[in-house]
Amino acid sequence: MILIILFLLATLPLYSRGYTVVLLSSIFMYIIITVSWTMFSGPTGYISLAPAAFFGVGVYTSALLGLLLPLPAVIGMGGLASFFLALLVGALTLRLRGIYFVMFTFGLVELLLHFVLWWEVNITGTTGRVVPTMGNTAVYYIMLIIFVILMITATFIKHSKFGLALQSIGEYEEAAAHTGINVTALKTITFAISAFFIGAAGATMATRWTYIDPRIAFNPLISFMPVLMAIFGGMGQLYGPIIGATIFTYLEEFLITRFPYYYMLIFGIIMVVAILYLPNGLVGLTQKLRKGGLKQPHANT
Amino acid sequence: MRILEGEGVTKNFGGLTAISNVDFHVEQGEIVGLIGPNGAGKTTLFNLISAALVLTSGVIRFKGEKISGLKTHQICRTGVARTFQSVKVFSNMAVLENVLLGSLFGRSTGMSSVDATREAMESLEFVGLSAVRAIPAKDITLANQKRLEVARALATKPELLLLDELIAGLNPTETTEAMELVTKIRDKGITIFMIEHVMKAIMGICDRLIVLHHGEKIAEGTPREIATSRTVVEVYLGEQAYAGS
Amino acid sequence: MGGIYALIAVGLSLQFGVARVLNIAHGEFIMLGAFITWWFYTRVGINPLVSLAICGPILFTIGFILYRTLFTRLRTSSPSPAAFEGNSMLACFGLLFIIQNVAILIWGASIRGYSYLAVPVNFGGAIFAANRLITLGFAIVIGSVFYLFLARTRLGKAIRAAAQDPATAGFMGVNINQVLALCFGFGALMAGFGGTLISMSYNIQPTMGLEYTIIALIVIVLGGLGSIPGSFIGGLVLGLVGSIVTYIEPGLSLVAYYVIFMLLLLVRPTGILGK
Repeated sequence: MILIILFLLATLPLYSRGYTVVLLSSIFMYIIITVSWTMFSGPTGYISLAPAAFFGVGVYTSALLGLLLPLPAVIGMGGLASFFLALLVGALTLRLRGIYFVMFTFGLVELLLHFVLWWEVNITGTTGRVVPTMGNTAVYYIMLIIFVILMITATFIKHSKFGLALQSIGEYEEAAAHTGINVTALKTITFAISAFFIGAAGATMATRWTYIDPRIAFNPLISFMPVLMAIFGGMGQLYGPIIGATIFTYLEEFLITRFPYYYMLIFGIIMVVAILYLPNGLVGLTQKLRKGGLKQPHANT
Repeated sequence: MRILEGEGVTKNFGGLTAISNVDFHVEQGEIVGLIGPNGAGKTTLFNLISAALVLTSGVIRFKGEKISGLKTHQICRTGVARTFQSVKVFSNMAVLENVLLGSLFGRSTGMSSVDATREAMESLEFVGLSAVRAIPAKDITLANQKRLEVARALATKPELLLLDELIAGLNPTETTEAMELVTKIRDKGITIFMIEHVMKAIMGICDRLIVLHHGEKIAEGTPREIATSRTVVEVYLGEQAYAGS
Repeated sequence: MGGIYALIAVGLSLQFGVARVLNIAHGEFIMLGAFITWWFYTRVGINPLVSLAICGPILFTIGFILYRTLFTRLRTSSPSPAAFEGNSMLACFGLLFIIQNVAILIWGASIRGYSYLAVPVNFGGAIFAANRLITLGFAIVIGSVFYLFLARTRLGKAIRAAAQDPATAGFMGVNINQVLALCFGFGALMAGFGGTLISMSYNIQPTMGLEYTIIALIVIVLGGLGSIPGSFIGGLVLGLVGSIVTYIEPGLSLVAYYVIFMLLLLVRPTGILGK
C-alpha cells in the first residue's frame, strides 16, 4: 500500500501540472516540519516553539553556501547547522523544567532574526541575499526524499526502546530517570534530530524563493503552523500530523489568495478551538468514535 | 560490608534545613527500616540517595564508592533502585512496557529486545503481575501499581532497593502480601532500605531501624531496642495519641 | 525603559505565577494598550496620561473575561495541572495570532507614532526626554501601589495565598476562580499600562508584541519565576542593561538579553529572588 503511494508520488511530476508539483512541495515541507516536531514534542510533552528558527537556519545556510557547494551538500549543511543549534538549546534548557524550554524556543526565532539583521546591516552591508534556484521538480524530489527518510527515522525511533523511553519521559520524567534513562541526553539528541530535518527542509525551500532576507527566513508563522497541524491532526500516531499538515496546507493555499489578511486570524481561532475541544486531535476523535463513544475503563484484575 | 553509607548528610532548602548532619549505613543483606513522624525528612533522605535532590553537604557512598554528585540515572546503573511514596507509574503504557524500560535501561546495556522482554516477564512473575501485563498502568489497582513499581525497580537489577512507603494505602491482606514480597526480595540477595509508617509491619521484618525526627537521626537499633527507647516513644507519643493505636 | 519592562514583567508574572497561564500573547495585550492610546490621542485628542486610566480597565476587562471563559474551561478539561499549563500556553499562542491580526485589520500594518512631551529635561545633571522620565515615574508609582495592594489589602492576601497553594486557599474560603481571573485581568492591566507608556516614547506597529513578550519572559526568569517583586527588580535591571547596550551598539539589545537568559539558565535558573 505504502509502496504504491510512494510510486505514485515519485512519478507525479511526469503526469501532472506544474502547480500540483509546487503545491505538493509545500505540503511536504509542512509535513516534514510537523512530523519532526511531533517526533520530539509528542511523546515528551516538551512543546517546542522553535521550528521557525531551525527552518530559518536552513534557509540561510542555503543562501550563504548555495554558490559554493553542490546542492545536496548545502542541504545537508542546513540540516547539520540546525542540528547543532538544537544541541545547544537542548543542553541549555532541557536540564531544567519544561517551561524554560518553551520560553527559550519561543524567543529563538526573534533572537535569530535580530541577530542576522544586525549582522547583515553592520557587517556584511547587505540585507537580503540571492539564492540559486533549482527548478520546481528538483525541489519536489528532494522534499520527497527528505520526507521518506524522516518517516523511516521517526517510525524507527517510535518503535524502538528510545521511543518507549521518550514516552516514559513524557509520563513521569523523574521515574524515567530512576529507571536508568539518561533523560537529558535522550531529550537533547531527539530534539536535535528533529531539528536536522527541519533545517534540511528550510535549505531546500530557500531555492524556491530566489531572494531572501531575515524577515522572510525567520517567520514565526512557521513555528505556529506545525503546532496547529499536529494538535489538529493528533499527536499520538505518526499519521496524525500528516493529515493535519495536508489539510492545513491546502487551507492555507486556498485562503491566502482570497483572504490574505483573514487567514491567519482564522487559523488562530481554529487553534484555540482545537485546544478546547479536540485534545487528541482528529485522530483521537476518530479513535474515540470507532470504539463507540467514550472508552470504558478496564476492569481491575 | 556496608553497601550504603552516608556521612554528615545535610540538605537545606533556602532557610529550611530538611536533613541535618545525618550519618547512616546499611549492611549488605539487611532489611533496614527508616521511620519517624511525618515531615521528619525520610523521603528527602531517599531523594538525596537517588539524586532526585542534591546534597548541601556531606557524602553518600554505595559499595564504598561516592555516589553523591552522580546523576539519577547513573546511580540507578550502579545498582540502586527505588519506589516512590506517591506511585509514579507510566500510566498510559502497558504494565509490561513499564517494566521493560527497567530491563532495557537498567544495569544491563545492549540487551536484545527479546532478552529484555523475557527478563521483564520474569520480573512481573516475581511480583505476581503476569496476568495484567497488557493493561495500561493507570487501569490497575493501587496495590498492583505499587507492585508494578517494585517490578520495574527490580528489572534494573539492583543490589540495593529503596522502598518508600510500600504499604501506605493497602488493606491488611495486601499488606501481608507486600511484606511477603519484601522478604522474597531479600532472599534473592537484594539489600532493602525501607520507609514505613505501619509499625506492626516494620517491627516484624526489619533487622534494624533508623529513626529520624526533624531531619536528625535520633535513634538507631534493633526493633526491640527502638520499641523500648524512651526518646523514640516520646517522639511518637504525640502521633500515637492522635492515631489512637 | 526599565520601568516599562518592570511593569510588563510583573503583569506576566501575575498571570504565570498565580493563574498558571504562560501568556505568550502578553505582548499583544501591550500592543493593544499602545494602539488604543495612540488612537485616542490622534483621533479623539485624549492625553496619553489620561489614557492610562482608560486603557488599563479596558485591558483588564478583556483579560478577566478571557480567563473566565477560555481558561476556566481549559482548567476543568485538562487532565492535570501540567497539561493545563501546556494547553493554556498553546491557547495563548492561538490568541497571539488572533489579536495581532485583528489589530492589523483595524489599524493597518504600518508603523504609527505620535509625539508627546518629547521635550528634553535636565534631571540630575543629565538630559532625558520628559516623556521617558514620566514613564519611569509612572512605572514606579504603579509598581509601588500594586505592591502595597498585594501586601496590605484582603484581596491582595487572597492572591498571594492562591499563588502559594490554590487548593488550600480554596478551602479557606477564597473564591479561587474569581481570584485567578482577577490576577489574569491584573496582568492584562499591567500590559495595558505598559503599552500606553511605550506609545508615548516609541513608535508602534501591530507586530511589536512578540519582542515585548520575549523581554517579559526573560525578565521573569531573571527575577525568579513566581516572585512578583523579583519581576519588578528584574525589569529595572534588564532595562538598564538594554540602555547600555543600545548606547554601544543599537540593534543588539535583544541579543544581549538572550545572552543574559543563557547565562541564567547555566548558572542560576531560579533567578534573583526565585524559589
